[in-house]
This record gives sequence, C-alpha cells and structure tokens, in this order.
Amino acid sequence: MTETLLSVQNLNAWFGMHQALKNIQIEFSPQTVTALIGPSGCGKSTFVRCLNRLHEEVPGAYATGKVILQGKNIYESSVDPVLIRRKVGMVFQKPNPFPSLSVFDNVVAGLKLAGIRRKSILMEVAERSLKQAALWEEVKNKLQQPGTSLSGGQQQRLCIARALAVEPPILLMDEPTSALDPISTAKIEELLAELKKTMTVIMVTHNMQQAARISDKTAFFLLGELVEFGQTSTLFTVPKEKKTEQYITGKFG
Amino acid sequence: MQRSIDIGLNELKAQLVQMAGYLEEAVKNATLAWRNRSREMIERVNAIEDKVNQAHLDVDAACLKLLATQQPLATDLRFILSVVKTNSDIERMADQAVNISNNAVYYLQHPPYQDLSDLIRMSEIVRELVKNAIDAFIKEDAVLAQNVLDADDEVDQLKNKVFKDVLAHLKQTPQEVEQGLNVILIARNLERIGDHATNIAEDVIFTISGQDVRHSHFRKKGSPDEK
Repeated sequence: MTETLLSVQNLNAWFGMHQALKNIQIEFSPQTVTALIGPSGCGKSTFVRCLNRLHEEVPGAYATGKVILQGKNIYESSVDPVLIRRKVGMVFQKPNPFPSLSVFDNVVAGLKLAGIRRKSILMEVAERSLKQAALWEEVKNKLQQPGTSLSGGQQQRLCIARALAVEPPILLMDEPTSALDPISTAKIEELLAELKKTMTVIMVTHNMQQAARISDKTAFFLLGELVEFGQTSTLFTVPKEKKTEQYITGKFG
Repeated sequence: MQRSIDIGLNELKAQLVQMAGYLEEAVKNATLAWRNRSREMIERVNAIEDKVNQAHLDVDAACLKLLATQQPLATDLRFILSVVKTNSDIERMADQAVNISNNAVYYLQHPPYQDLSDLIRMSEIVRELVKNAIDAFIKEDAVLAQNVLDADDEVDQLKNKVFKDVLAHLKQTPQEVEQGLNVILIARNLERIGDHATNIAEDVIFTISGQDVRHSHFRKKGSPDEK
C-alpha cells in the first residue's frame, strides 16, 4: 500500500454563501508531483489554499472537513495556521519577493520569523535553498541586491528558495510558470524533478502539456468537485471520466 | 463547437480513407491477376502502389504536423497514434499486394495449378477482412473490429491447409513445383495482409476504448496488463 503524507477528507470550502469546494477526498503520497487541472473558477486554487489554511484569510471564507498532514488534522482548533504554513510552503502565480529585502534576506525571511538569527546558519540555509532552487550560480555574487532586481524567472525561483528554506515536506504551487517565458518555465520544471526527491509538490496549472510533463498524478476539478484523480500517464491518454476527456481535449472549458 | 484540431483530424481521416480505397483496389487486382490469369491486373497493382506510397508519406506528414501543432490528448492522441500505425499497415498491405502480383507473373508462365479453391476462399476472406478493418476504422466500430480479429483465425487455418495440400501434391507431381511454389507464396502474402488487417482492428479498439488488445493471447490471466 502506498504511504500517505497528506489526506484530504470531506473537504468543503465556502466564500460566504458560495460553495467553492464540494466534499473533496484525495490523498497525496510522499515524493510525488501532483498536477491540479480544471477550468478557471473550478476550485483548484481554493483547494491548495485550504491545504495550508490560507483560504480562511479571505474575509467570509471558511472550510469544513479534515486535512490530515503527517497524521494530524490541520483544522483542529489547537493548530496554529502559521506553523502549518511552515510545513506546507507556497509559491504563487506572480513572483512576490519582499520588495524591501535583499536576495539573501528574502530567502531567510521565514527562518528569521522563526527566531533563527545566527548568521552562519542563515548563510548555510540560504546557499542550500538557492542551490535547491537552481538559482545559486546566478545570484551568489549579488546576495545583497534587492530581490526585485532579478528577472521574473529568477524572482520566481527566489520565491521557491524562500519556501524551501524552512524545509517544508509539502510545496504548493499555484500556476508558478504562467507569467514566465519558456526558458524560465523549463528551469522550474527541471527543478520540480529534483525537488520531488525530497518533498511532495502539488501544483495548479492551466497548461495540459506541463501537467503531463511534470506530474506523477493529476487531479481534474470541475465546478468545485474532484472529477478524476489518477496516474498522469493514464489520465491524459485514457481518462476514465467523460468530463475529463472533454476538458483535456478542449471540448469545453 | 468545432475545435481547430477537428479540421486536421477530419482531413487526416479523409486522407486515410482515400489511401484505403487504393489498397482495396490493389488487393482486388492482385487477386484477379492469378485467379483470372490477367497480366493487365498485374500492371494495375504496380500503378496503385505508387499512389499508396505517396499517401503514406502525406499521412505521416499530416500526423507529425498535428502532433507538433495541436499537442493532442486522450481520444485525439489515441486516434493520431492509430493513424500512424494504420498508415504503416496499409502501406505494408499494398506491398504484399505487389508481392502477390509478382508471384502471379511467375505463376502465369505455367499451366494453372490443379486446385485453387482454398486459395480463392482465402483471398475472399482476406478482402473481406481488409474491407471490414477499414470500415471499422472509418465508423469507429469496435464490434466490427472484433469480428476482424475473430475471422483472422480462418485465414491462418486456410494458409496451413494450402501449404499442406500443395506439399502433398508436389510429392506426387514434382514437375509442378513452379506453380505449387507460387501458390504457397500467394497464400503466405494473403495471410500477411490478414495480419495487417487485424493490426488495424486492434488499433480501432485502442482508439475507441483505450484498451490495448495486442498480443492478448500472450498475456497470462490475472496479469496487471489484462483488461
């Protein structure tokens, strides 16, 4: 039986009266990349934001059900969402380095927030994270320059390095390459193959070919429901559900 | 709503249908060449082969273009993959038809073989298999495709019978070895055409259902690949 790192059970999410997710059940195994696909407004982004309790930060938004990370439900009242976000990192569609911080300070921002101040540790983590994010060679001589001085692709990898610095077992990515050129996109896709050796990646994408290239498993969402979840190679060649077939062949959406 | 890929897929299908029409004509003429002792039919087969070869190149180019520009998935992807393979099968079947017409060239240099009834029966079944395989492809008819797979066994049995009977006859009348040898070669080429027709039928089933039925008789019951 496959080991489960993250188990989502009966997850429902609302924005006020509007139900954005309906009774989602899904499990994620360690060291895998899962692509989340579906038309705009189907609930993909809401879903990933429920996995690190970011969804509830929107006024009027709430979720019910269980998200069990390493055996513990992250929606229990005793759980501090900030601590969850250290275990479940997130990279957004548009690169969002802290504008007032240097490259170095961007990477170690999470550690500093956690109270780690020793320079040698911060330096070691920054170098390791930037190497993991395949950015070290490009920025090692400009660590004190503003993070926003980097190119768009570099800024996105800086945000990945920032997320990796706190060593989360899970990394959520919400369309991380949609604003990038093909070369920067290819670098991030290569990076994913490396990252999954040590962590689990859950990535929202609108690019079917990208999902097919980079993921082990794919989940198809439609109108807030999880329609199909399975091996990527199967889902893109012989989907089980007619709606999946229609969506991935461009017959709707 | 028509998707942009639909235009390309429809054109691809039309190209393959035309190519299949050439093939059916080639197989028919190759059969008539030895059956009716017609040299004119031999010429016709060679002329058709040129058209099939050109269509082979055109269909491959169209598939490549669709794969590169449309990046198809699911049924679209399976369809294009099947067209690539069916294209190759049709081209090979046309080659077999040419081989039969070449066998006929030598066969016609001698008096007719004493009994062609099994070979005639075999050629009729093979032509039916080709027609049904192509129809199954055009109509996306999995039932018809399965009928092709089932009917191929009879072709194999007839080929074995022709081989056995010709060998027995040649032991008694070795002076007819030229005729007998060409009857065996024609039977073998017909059987190969039948095999290619079954390949097409298998691809039709794959396109429609995603189920890979190739080599299914080699698969052990209960294996992960068994559908």
